[in-house]
Amino acid sequence: MLEVKDINVHYGVIHALKGISLTVNEGEIVTLIGANGAGKTTTLRTISGLKKATSGQILLNGEDITALSAQDRVKKGISHVPEGRRIFPSMTVLENLEMGAYLRKDKDGIAEDLQRVYEWFPILADRKKQLAGTLSGGEQQMLAIGRALMSRPKILFLDEPSMGLAPLLVEEIFNIIKDINKAGTTILLVEQNANLALQIADRAYVLETGSIVLSGTGKELLQSDDIKKAYLGG
Amino acid sequence: MEQLLQQIINGISLGSIYALIALGYTMVYGIIKLINFAHGDVYMIGAYTGYVCMTKFQLGFLPSLLIAMVVCALLGIIIEKVAYKPLRNATRIAVLITAIGVSLFLEYSTMFVASANVRSYPPMEGLLSKTFKIKNITISMHQIIIVIITLLLMVLLQFVVKKTKTGKAMRAVSQDRDAAQLMGIDVDNTISVTFALGSTLAGAAGVLVGVYYNSINPLMGTMPGLKAFVAAVFGGIGIIPGAMIGGYIIGIIEVFVSGYINSMYRDAVVFAILILILIVKPAGLLGKNTREKV
Ligand SMILES: Nc1ncnc2c1ncn2[C@@H]1O[C@H](COP(=O)(O)OP(=O)(O)OP(=O)(O)O)[C@@H](O)[C@H]1O
Ligand SMILES: [Mg+2]
Repeated sequence: MLEVKDINVHYGVIHALKGISLTVNEGEIVTLIGANGAGKTTTLRTISGLKKATSGQILLNGEDITALSAQDRVKKGISHVPEGRRIFPSMTVLENLEMGAYLRKDKDGIAEDLQRVYEWFPILADRKKQLAGTLSGGEQQMLAIGRALMSRPKILFLDEPSMGLAPLLVEEIFNIIKDINKAGTTILLVEQNANLALQIADRAYVLETGSIVLSGTGKELLQSDDIKKAYLGG
Repeated sequence: MEQLLQQIINGISLGSIYALIALGYTMVYGIIKLINFAHGDVYMIGAYTGYVCMTKFQLGFLPSLLIAMVVCALLGIIIEKVAYKPLRNATRIAVLITAIGVSLFLEYSTMFVASANVRSYPPMEGLLSKTFKIKNITISMHQIIIVIITLLLMVLLQFVVKKTKTGKAMRAVSQDRDAAQLMGIDVDNTISVTFALGSTLAGAAGVLVGVYYNSINPLMGTMPGLKAFVAAVFGGIGIIPGAMIGGYIIGIIEVFVSGYINSMYRDAVVFAILILILIVKPAGLLGKNTREKV
């Protein structure tokens, strides 16, 4: 479904991504793990069009989307929950969710998806009139995911959904991510919490200072000694 | 007591003008964090457009007002596209200097085309020229029109910003540009619309001032522009209701200073207020003392 071919990305003189290639097949959960500053966020931002690649190619369902703007990529079915949630703080919860459906015109479909989001995250239904900036961190993360689902994406990018959340909540969010995937959305997940990510992932890539150094199924990587040492705490 | 009421009425009229201009400052600041110093000159162009419509084309007040608003909307879009858009990723100081350049360009182009002379708006006729006297308080039809049109435009603006899809996109872009892009919002387009709306209001203010004070000149935008900027900061820059309130407060203060103290001091007082706000509550009247977002 998604194919990234040899992309290079620079921030000024910093060479942040050094020829990254990866694929995500329809229906999969693929995770991208790596240390701080490895380039995980940059990878997602480049695929969703927030950051221009210096070279390389990005294909979505066989179509070259490298030159498309971010909003055109949303139209093609990409949805991105950015690092740090980035909800609209001075809008209500409901308005945030509506923004997620910005490009859609099918009123009935939107209402349906809104219900679905409320089923996954009942707290959002209770707080729909509340300003999003006043939600707790966990609630904001749920809102960010809910908002991203409102575009009815084919592929969903999640950048560190567990960041700053209590362990119990992290587990809940990961269960929901699995559910979302089962319901038909392909997922590309970036995580610091490698252990959890590898457990739910079909496949995984390991990123180190801008290059992919290892890839395999989630199970393989969970058992790999290198990974255990570097990312799973022994 | 009567004099007080009279001053308040005059203050509200003047404040309406400041409020209309301040809205443009605050909206543009909200969306691209730029103090658009050319905004006062858009207001001046509005006044000149109204003047041309009324004198050259013999149009009435309302058509002239509408045409000036449209012309200014287009001007706002062009200014943004030509001068600011290429600098989207430049430092803020570079954009600010460009804004000052645009301002001078508009002022001196107008001088070149229309000469530096002061021009006077044609006197209004019929109902529009009436004044009402209640005891010793005079209210002119001009003042009533200024207030009514201003309120109408504000209600309209609130509706656009709160209820329409474009308005929601404007708010989204001003709160988080990256996130807005991820929703599929066309950021460039949204910024254009913001400039257009702000400039429309400035254009209306230009015509209203022409009618009210009767005289216009190519540099007329400088002072009101600066004062409207103070009004926007006073209310909390980037906050739409703040600009409205700030405009009225600055207008009333200015009239009071002229009326009760000395008109020589009125400008000084307005800028003293700016300094005071920046010291006491830099976020402005309605601004939260925000934590910088992470
Ligand atoms: N806007 C930017 N300007 C300059 N350099 C940047 C910018 N964003 C990221 N970088 C650099 O690019 C590299 C990759 O950063 P990135 O944010 O993609 O890492 P990451 O893997 O997501 O890290 P983390 O786990 O801490 O979120 C880092 O060296 C970072 O300093
Ligand atoms: Mg990151």
